Amino acid sequence: MSKVHVSTTINGDSVEFLCEPHQSLLDVLRDELGLTGTKEGCATGDCGACSVMIDGRLVCSCLMLGVEAAGVDVTTIEGIAGPDGLHVIQEKYLEHAALQCGICTPGFIVATKALLDKNPDPDETTIRYWLAGNLCRCTGYDKIVRAVQDAAQNLAYEA
Amino acid sequence: MGAYAYRAPSSVEEALSTLAAEAAAGNRAQMLAGGTDVMVQMRSIDKGPRTFVDVKHVAEANELCIGTDEVFIGAAIASAVLNESQELKSILPGLIEAADLIGSTQIQGRATIGGNLCNSSPAGDTIPALIACGAVCVIASSGGNREVPTEDFVTGVGTNVLEPTEFLVGFKIPRPKGRTSDAYLRFIPRTEMDIAVCGAGVALTLDDSGVCTAAKVSIGAVAITALVVPDAAAALVGTTVDDAALAAAADASSALAKPITDKRGTVEYRRKVVGVLTKRAAAIARDRALAL
Repeated sequence: MSKVHVSTTINGDSVEFLCEPHQSLLDVLRDELGLTGTKEGCATGDCGACSVMIDGRLVCSCLMLGVEAAGVDVTTIEGIAGPDGLHVIQEKYLEHAALQCGICTPGFIVATKALLDKNPDPDETTIRYWLAGNLCRCTGYDKIVRAVQDAAQNLAYEA
Repeated sequence: MGAYAYRAPSSVEEALSTLAAEAAAGNRAQMLAGGTDVMVQMRSIDKGPRTFVDVKHVAEANELCIGTDEVFIGAAIASAVLNESQELKSILPGLIEAADLIGSTQIQGRATIGGNLCNSSPAGDTIPALIACGAVCVIASSGGNREVPTEDFVTGVGTNVLEPTEFLVGFKIPRPKGRTSDAYLRFIPRTEMDIAVCGAGVALTLDDSGVCTAAKVSIGAVAITALVVPDAAAALVGTTVDDAALAAAADASSALAKPITDKRGTVEYRRKVVGVLTKRAAAIARDRALAL
């Protein structure tokens, strides 16, 4: 079976990789590129643990082929923090203890980033519907919503 | 033979020649749009080598054109992108709400109406909505494009009229004129992200005095394919879509439904609920048309 050569951009860096034609982007990120911050939960698009952004749009990396990443801009959890430290969203998740076991957290944070990029001032209903594709088995949803609200407020002050 | 491969043609012609070449070589080719069904099936009920032919780089399949007489929606456009078109939402609210019901934010970032139809599930939410608004499927074929009304596209559970060397390019929808609107409702046991127990799509036109002059009703998840309900449409036409007409339309949907009993609902329950959804969707479409 011949591997496919793919050129893409991940977290602002030009990246080239070889992958099987049917290998998911999630498996490419984790197994070929060592970007293990993106998690596999269900591998069927139900849990959102593998959330990444493709050209700014939130998707499940388990439902995308690695070869489909050619020429696009991929943002993973590794690209959320800046050179000076954690992103406000990450700080607020920590501050509000919006994580327990932490497996769902990278997906939630990427999903939160995608939401606040699109809608800097979401109401609680909007936040809950937007994050409905991210499952937390520890059921820490309320603290997550509070963290997102606080992050939105802080980002508004910064802007 | 026996290997996975990936092709990303950039035009209809290149896609057709890719499909023809794969067929000639005895390879299985599968069109790939958002992949939200294909990827899951590849790992569960439909394993095995194939050549993925990605439709997302075909220009025509990404086209969204809102003309004065016709709307064209490319088969490869993600539902999140459609949902961001305020003009599309205002003229075809029922179709867009059907697309918006499918999956999470993440799923909607990839999933397409074209893929929903080609997956050909009896419970595909956009199918009754497409049928109601009169969508015609534009199919690329070696002899040129052919057009098939959406109600004739799906032939059974997971099967459709596409030949292995053809693919769906998009949908032509007559642009709603005057006081014309549509609505889609489905029933699921929770607030979102589930497969329809049943669904109903209604499109209708009212004249200046509020009398319905044209209607189309389609119901989903109550037979092996989405059904057109001519008797429900007939019950609405010539009325002001009042309670009596709505009740008659509901009865027509319930009578035509041929549901099965499974974990999502029983025959009796689905038959009842699909009538209720028909009535409610018709009332929403009426109110939307009156507001125009």
